[in-house]
Amino acid sequence: MLVTLLGITIALFVSTVQGQDLLIKNGTILTVANGTIQNGDILVINGLIKEIGPNIRGPENIMTIDASGKYVIPGLIDSHSHIGLSGTNESAEAISSEVKMRDVLNAEDSAIYTAITGGVTMTHTMHGSGNPIGGENIVIKTKWGKTSEELLVPEAYRTLKFALGENPKQSNRQGQSTSLRYPQTRMGVNAIIRREFLKAQNYMEQWDRYKKAKKSKKGIQTLIPPRKDLKMEALADMLRGDMYARCHTYRADETLEFIKLSKEFGFKIICFEHAWEAYKIAKEIAAENIGISIFADNWAYKVEAAEGIAYNAGYCTKQGIIVSINSDSAERIRRLFNDAAKAMKYGGLTEDEALKLVTINPAIQLGVDKMVGSLEVGKHADIAIFNEHPMSAYTRCDMTIIEGEVYFDRAQYLKDREEKAKTIKETAEKKKKTKGEIR
Amino acid sequence: MKRKIFICSILILFTGFNAVGREEGSKIIAIKDATIISVFGEDIPGGTIIVKDGLIEDIGSDIPIPTGARIYNAKGLRAYPGLIDSSCYLGLHEIGSLRATIDNRETGDINPQVKAVEALRPDSMHIPIARSNGITTALIVPSGGLVAGQSGLIRLTGWTPDEMIITSSYAMHIELPGMRRARRRSPSQAQQPASKKIVELRELFHKTRIYQKQKKAAHKDQTRPLPEFDEKLEFMLPVIDGHLSLIISVHSEQDILDAIAFVKDENVRAIFYGVSEGWKVADKIKDAGIPVIFGSLYAMPPKWEDGYDSLYRNPAILQKAGVLFAFSSQSATLAKDLPYHAAKAAAFGLDKREALKGVTIYPAQIFGIDDKVGSLEKGKVANIVLADGDILEMRTNIKHLFIDGKEMDLSSVYTDLLEKYKKRND
Repeated sequence: MLVTLLGITIALFVSTVQGQDLLIKNGTILTVANGTIQNGDILVINGLIKEIGPNIRGPENIMTIDASGKYVIPGLIDSHSHIGLSGTNESAEAISSEVKMRDVLNAEDSAIYTAITGGVTMTHTMHGSGNPIGGENIVIKTKWGKTSEELLVPEAYRTLKFALGENPKQSNRQGQSTSLRYPQTRMGVNAIIRREFLKAQNYMEQWDRYKKAKKSKKGIQTLIPPRKDLKMEALADMLRGDMYARCHTYRADETLEFIKLSKEFGFKIICFEHAWEAYKIAKEIAAENIGISIFADNWAYKVEAAEGIAYNAGYCTKQGIIVSINSDSAERIRRLFNDAAKAMKYGGLTEDEALKLVTINPAIQLGVDKMVGSLEVGKHADIAIFNEHPMSAYTRCDMTIIEGEVYFDRAQYLKDREEKAKTIKETAEKKKKTKGEIR
Repeated sequence: MKRKIFICSILILFTGFNAVGREEGSKIIAIKDATIISVFGEDIPGGTIIVKDGLIEDIGSDIPIPTGARIYNAKGLRAYPGLIDSSCYLGLHEIGSLRATIDNRETGDINPQVKAVEALRPDSMHIPIARSNGITTALIVPSGGLVAGQSGLIRLTGWTPDEMIITSSYAMHIELPGMRRARRRSPSQAQQPASKKIVELRELFHKTRIYQKQKKAAHKDQTRPLPEFDEKLEFMLPVIDGHLSLIISVHSEQDILDAIAFVKDENVRAIFYGVSEGWKVADKIKDAGIPVIFGSLYAMPPKWEDGYDSLYRNPAILQKAGVLFAFSSQSATLAKDLPYHAAKAAAFGLDKREALKGVTIYPAQIFGIDDKVGSLEKGKVANIVLADGDILEMRTNIKHLFIDGKEMDLSSVYTDLLEKYKKRND
């Protein structure tokens, strides 16, 4: 499923990474694509995986990481977060399709560091759910310390955020009736999205007519172009298939209504966000080849989340839906692997299936599964190393690597911490001593 | 009107899902061939547990099975004592955004008169979920203000509050200011120092002592006037008398030191909750003999400069210092995650067995109920979990669960809804 639609997109997958060289030795490699390799090595050249297998010899003087006794896995991918952004919701208006998260990317947000301490190497960082139609999301790699420009993943799908239910209808805003905004019901949410797409169709036709008229030689001097409308431009991209919908939804009924809207206008939904009632309509979602990006068990924080059962991920996986576990949080992002493991208890997934929920599945949803999401020759060397099996509750991320470059190293962190503590202690003692001498 | 319909549908949702444990036909239960993790002492492979009248009648490797006993073949399973959640909102909190269903936080700053158990809803949909993950005992706590109210100890089964209550008033809860979570690279500070709040507390204790004196004097001498009734002071009396422990929510290094001094000066029995920076003053906590309950580890470290794992390694450091500790979920909707907080601490230096003790025998010791629960031993209450793996692991499934020797129904709103919609999809 989710085949790339355009040849152009496929061409983009020819990687242009400028990464590092690295040799990881003797790890238990969970490739996600081709099973587990015991005592395996991974050779990374220029940020890409060159070779995977036993007893690999790298070039001389290559930086080598000993992973004996540890688990080497693909860097984790979070299909839905809001990290690294200086803003998430444009709430003055209901429709804000013109805003772009690209414009507010903040590479210095410490949540990016938090993410790498939990083995996360990529995230889809999104507009909030305050608007029926929000803004354009971005996919970033969590290259802590790099500039915003260097974080971007241009190969990923372009996605626009939609939201249904309690948030866009503002039902949990108490005592703020002065800022009453249309829509206030699910009827209104659906109607306003339909309105905007009808407008967009009209807008596109205006431009088509204008262009046609411009081409024909008659009356070209008096021709006035239609007004440029950035809100409409984004929706036109949706209708042309250049951008896909990522839709925040909770209840089964509203989810189905949105599928109907997408058919009415012919735009593509790549993934539903939260989808706490997906298990109720698993066959409909599976039939449409729409993914779901959901919580493991974070639920009952509002009414529409009160039938969100922890079996959702496991059950929907077995019904053939591409499921990812997301964090939607600058805290939960560092324990995505723990949340994925819960699908083993609730839903009976195997370790390998559970690991897919935070690796290849989100990669598919973001349109980057040809370059990340599993450990395969030719893919980006985005790798996490854990001390125990990543699906164990006792596990810990010890190293996070992006394109062959080490961004988080727990051993180094511990060393730095010790050094710092020593310095603080020494300075304190010195102070004490000098004080004593003076007296 | 909209809201009314809303609430009605929610109530309908709640009822029916909390099936309370089914009654046992046979009074004697024999669990055989289990790997017994008694928590105290060595594990027993291929062990047998005999349960009679709700208690563990016998336990060991070579125990004869009485005739007529209902036998559970636990081959391949591990037997654990039921887990104890040392601070949670089970039965007090249903759906976050619906005030109508939230009863753990009273308004006002000084509320010693409120008791958590008096708002306990036995039909809460969160209780069967926590229970089916191995939790059998919980301290349900009030929150908010300086004096939040009284917590109660409950068993996670029963049709009425009284059937669930173990101790209706366990402790008086004090909340000192929390800490901002670290989100930036700049050093963060505690929201406000607790010292101000501790001055207020000392005043409250002082007033209570005067009130107590006046009452005693009036009681002795009928001609002396009774003091005016003061609700707040009245309900602080058991604390002064030593009948009620204090659970003090305290986080920063300095606040912990101030709280230790307060506890010493007032000569009260106290337990600390939270202690995010406890690792900085572990020896001081140990010397004061104050046990600690850790809050949820699903949180950011309070100070960026202390490192990303300061909350995660906190339990290991306090354990090594010799502090008695317990874990808590501090939740209702995710109370089921209690064992994973313990496992997270184990991932960052805490011995795995110590982590298990932090959700079993240690909380039992802290709450003074270790003669009844917290381990699998002869004579103790038969709160037994049969699991197909390590109980702190997310992938482990609970196969059977007993509270007071009665087998519990492991279904919940999770399984009920799943089964309902399986019928549609399959």
